[in-house]
Amino acid sequence: MSEAPAVRLVEVHKAYRRGAQRVPVLAGITFDIAAGEFLALMGPSGSGKSTLLNLIAGIDQADSGDVIVAGENLARLPERLLADWRATHVGFIFQFYNLMPVLTAYENVQLPLLLTDLPRRERRAHVEHALSLVGLADRMSHYPNELSGGQQQRVAIARALITDPPLIVADEPTGDLDRESAADVLHMMQALNRELGKTIIMVTHDQRAADHAHSIMRLDKGVLWSNPDDAAAVQPAGQG
Amino acid sequence: MVWRNAWRHKLRSALTLLGLVVALLAFGLLLTVVDAWYQGVNASSDKRLVTRHKVSLVFTLPQNYLGKIRAVDGVRLTTYENWFGGIYKEPKNFFPQFAVDARTYLQVYPEFRLTDAERDAFLRDRKGAIVGRRTAENYGLKVGDNITLKGTIFPGEWNFVLRGIYSGGRESTDESLFFFHWEYLDETVRQRYGGRRTAQIGLFVSEVEDADDIARIAQTIDAQFANSHAETRSETEKSFQLGFVAMSEALVAAIRAVSYLVILIILAVMANTMAMTARERRAEYATLRALGFAPPFLAALIFAESLLLALAGGVLAVVLTYPVAAFFGAAVSKFIPHFVVGPQTPLLQMAAALAVGLLAAFIPAWRAARVNIVSGLRAVA
Repeated sequence: MSEAPAVRLVEVHKAYRRGAQRVPVLAGITFDIAAGEFLALMGPSGSGKSTLLNLIAGIDQADSGDVIVAGENLARLPERLLADWRATHVGFIFQFYNLMPVLTAYENVQLPLLLTDLPRRERRAHVEHALSLVGLADRMSHYPNELSGGQQQRVAIARALITDPPLIVADEPTGDLDRESAADVLHMMQALNRELGKTIIMVTHDQRAADHAHSIMRLDKGVLWSNPDDAAAVQPAGQG
Repeated sequence: MVWRNAWRHKLRSALTLLGLVVALLAFGLLLTVVDAWYQGVNASSDKRLVTRHKVSLVFTLPQNYLGKIRAVDGVRLTTYENWFGGIYKEPKNFFPQFAVDARTYLQVYPEFRLTDAERDAFLRDRKGAIVGRRTAENYGLKVGDNITLKGTIFPGEWNFVLRGIYSGGRESTDESLFFFHWEYLDETVRQRYGGRRTAQIGLFVSEVEDADDIARIAQTIDAQFANSHAETRSETEKSFQLGFVAMSEALVAAIRAVSYLVILIILAVMANTMAMTARERRAEYATLRALGFAPPFLAALIFAESLLLALAGGVLAVVLTYPVAAFFGAAVSKFIPHFVVGPQTPLLQMAAALAVGLLAAFIPAWRAARVNIVSGLRAVA
């Protein structure tokens, strides 16, 4: 009996309204992502890859179909419970880091822990550990504007890790970085996947970034197709 | 986070704070002006009864009413006074002047405090006068000075010798008044204009034995003079003073309206600041929501920031109100003798600050709590 997938999407549809016009973005997407997978989602602009990522991360809702992540059908969770679910199950890495500019690196990483019951001392230990994992133990008291882009993204990675979520979603995590910083970030994500067993779904335009993933899935006009070489990791539901 | 957010745009926050301080300070000063208007009311005694002509204060009552008023059961003592309306050197030098029955007046109004020597000197000298400490300071008057007033109601020059400078027995006591002997006024009027305007009284003021009995006493006094050529109207001193305030009710209402308008204006400024702030931080709020923070947390962040600014402005305004009121009071002491910040003024200022803080944050907080995570995150890109 095979292990339950980290992510399962069944006949997921999503469309946006542009004025009176309805623009379909995802057209009946069905697939599984195995736990511990590092998947790159690629596709041209407007193909629906960020939308797909948002549905999996629980920050957007499908028009129809099931989005089951870590055993929870997100389509059926009300927003209040969805927020709690996100806090414990998903780590976010954004293209523009999305750090709070008035908080230090330490405080930014600590933010998700404020939603837990952890006492201050334990929070401190967790934050210091996370920042040391991303090589920023000596930058804890720095504000985002005192850090380079690469360092800010590493702070964001530490923030994504801090609650030990099983799933990390990254939307163009290297899109705003120079090549060297991008490589650092990607190696870090590989390490998270390999050493901590995190399931990572990364949206990217950059083939070099995607090459760091185990598998690549391409979306075009709301339809999914995967590289046959990666079929073991990304499987159309019911074919695994 | 709230504190740092509040000072994120230092210039904007400083200007908003400055606006709050100025508005709340103005609010406090305007309330003080209104309080000053009611100073006479606040200084009233509930055991004093004022009897005047029923038609208007402009008309006088015969002095021989005194005996009948004094004889009413429950009246302990009655005194009387006439408004004089003289000019000291120049018309701009205004201070209220009254011709009074000095001996009884100082008994009915014990809050006008003189030394025994000053009291004796005043009572002995028919041309003697006393003046409040504030007016004495304003015009550099000293005991022993000769003072000449130019009469308006009673034309001609009126000469007095200053025999005492009283101080107020209570904080609300008016220290701007000038008193001299009614006998001097009456005799001089008789000499200058003949008998037609003599033995006339502007007001009788009676001190009653029991404040609870004051309504009956007032009715008894007025009943005695009903259907006479000079009917009376007796009322408590407080009611009498409120009647004065009512004459300028429109002005007081206008001052009150301006004071609340000032708060409305700063509310609009503050609401604009908070709306701008919330709009700029849309992506941050979306990020916080994505991380699992619930909408009430975002609303609380905005409310806390708004309240922090508003209450800081309130505290600064309250602290500044006292020295500014003292300065303002000194500048206008000739016209507003009792310009003192009332005990309720700082409370109202803080209440206004609190209201501004809460109302200004309401819509931005509501919007932030409803931010769409996906479109909010896109605001970064």
